[in-house]
Amino acid sequence: MAFSDSAVGSQEGVGWRSLDFAPWLLLLPLLLSLGAVSVYPIINGIWLSLTNTSLVTQEDAFVGFANYGALWHDEAFWNAWRHTMLFMAVSTALETVLGLAMALVLFEPFLGRSLVRAAMLVPWAMPTVVTSKMFGWLFDGQHGLINYLLRESGLIEGNINWYGSVDHALNTIIIADVWKTAPFMALLLLAGLQTIPRSLTEAAHMDGASAWRIFWHVRLPLLLPTLLIAGMFRALDAFRIFDLVYVLTGGGPADSTETLSTLSYKVLFSTLQFGYGSALSSAMFLTEAVIALCFGVFIVRQLRRQG
Amino acid sequence: MTGREIIRAFLIYFCAAAILVWSAGPFIWQFSTSLQLDRALTDPTPSFWPSPATLDHYANVFFVKKFQLYVLNSIIVAGLTTALCLAIGAFAAFSLSRLEVKGRFGVLAVVLSVSMFPQIAIVGPLYLLASDMGLLDTYAGLVITYLALGLPLVTWVLFGYFDTLPREIDEAARMDGVGPIGLLIRIILPMSLPGFVTTGLLAFIAAWNEFMFALAFTSTIQHQTIPVGIANFTNLYYVPWGDIAAASVVVTVPLILLVLFFQRHIIEGLTQGAVKE
Repeated sequence: MAFSDSAVGSQEGVGWRSLDFAPWLLLLPLLLSLGAVSVYPIINGIWLSLTNTSLVTQEDAFVGFANYGALWHDEAFWNAWRHTMLFMAVSTALETVLGLAMALVLFEPFLGRSLVRAAMLVPWAMPTVVTSKMFGWLFDGQHGLINYLLRESGLIEGNINWYGSVDHALNTIIIADVWKTAPFMALLLLAGLQTIPRSLTEAAHMDGASAWRIFWHVRLPLLLPTLLIAGMFRALDAFRIFDLVYVLTGGGPADSTETLSTLSYKVLFSTLQFGYGSALSSAMFLTEAVIALCFGVFIVRQLRRQG
Repeated sequence: MTGREIIRAFLIYFCAAAILVWSAGPFIWQFSTSLQLDRALTDPTPSFWPSPATLDHYANVFFVKKFQLYVLNSIIVAGLTTALCLAIGAFAAFSLSRLEVKGRFGVLAVVLSVSMFPQIAIVGPLYLLASDMGLLDTYAGLVITYLALGLPLVTWVLFGYFDTLPREIDEAARMDGVGPIGLLIRIILPMSLPGFVTTGLLAFIAAWNEFMFALAFTSTIQHQTIPVGIANFTNLYYVPWGDIAAASVVVTVPLILLVLFFQRHIIEGLTQGAVKE
């Protein structure tokens, strides 16, 4: 073993700096993986969106911006666009407000707090497909528990056909999403709350500020960066909603829950129009980039104003 | 206690109970459903306590629907994804944190922005690529995809952990004649074990729960994962809510146990990424 020891020793004796290629060698698997599975498909998708590629007709000719022109006049696209924007705005707002309320409760010491905090990880860890099916059963129009509870408490007269009716389907999906995400949002905001120095809230308390004023003038401004960043990631995530809709309603009834992701998926894998489907999903990619940029600029400005 | 304090305590416990019911209630109802007879499930007055309790739905799930095959596929795919994510992510994070990489923050920013690409925008081209390479309906096709989806988060969190370890240990290792790889495997890895547990768990859960790529890339029960199996769980004439509930319990309980067991690590890892001695 002495031989191999000395061999290792002499190699190391040169020092690490001579291994100039080593850092990049260690990064190579990561870069290869992301390049092949994320970057290349995005670029290829933008190229496909400029062709009339279809697995049915076997065509793949360059057509310029024809797909985007067709998209602009496609009522199904704007229908899905409206649902996606509505879903993103309403669910993000509800999840942030509810998450903040939960975080404020959890910030107070009480018996069994760790149990509650552990339970809050359940909705987050559960597969979204399972959540969809679970809400399908809870909100079932005939035998659902929610209808039963609402009837018993006298809030409704007859059963509501939740996700089977045009009026309530999108609301049901928003409820399911808020259920799944609000507790996790609360845990992130709780971590933010815990970084606020206690001395600040105690000083405000000494000065005779009410709990409400402490929240509004001390905690909320200090929590704002966390709140904005968590809200941004949540909004970007909500923009892509697929699993919940696809499993619970499939975009129906009468396209009343169709979102951009479910519509793209159907155009790609049901009609096999990869050119038009890629135009749809590339348009989504660009919209998401714009949303991220706006959020980013807004957050930086807010933080700057705060100093 | 003054009257004000009593009201305050009452309010806090009331809100805490509401959060508990919100988080755990629906799943407890799903669990109760899985143990009830179909006859009880369609009764106008639902019963919360299953009586008589039955294991019929679990028997259906395993003996009729062959659910164990989906479970096996998911274990293989999520397990391989996790192992590869940790290995590749650790090398990359180590290189970015400890070795001289010019433009390391550029690399980190690119990795983060890649993770924000909407998955629907890559599923089409990736499907064509996988089809050309014969990777449709294989474990490899799913693992390669999930690896790239999981790597940005794993790399970022591990980088956060590695970067909190003092630089002095690098010097000490170099003095003792330990190479970069030795430093990573024998010193940094054991010191940041909580980081590995957290990121490994996150990568595992993400792969275990992923639906869209599994739906698009797999077509037979030989390679379909649990979410696809559950999504396809419908009978011709009625929705088998009892069977679905049983399957939900089977796939969610292991996750919940894992998460509860490691919950401190998860919350810490997600929020600060720092090691405490």
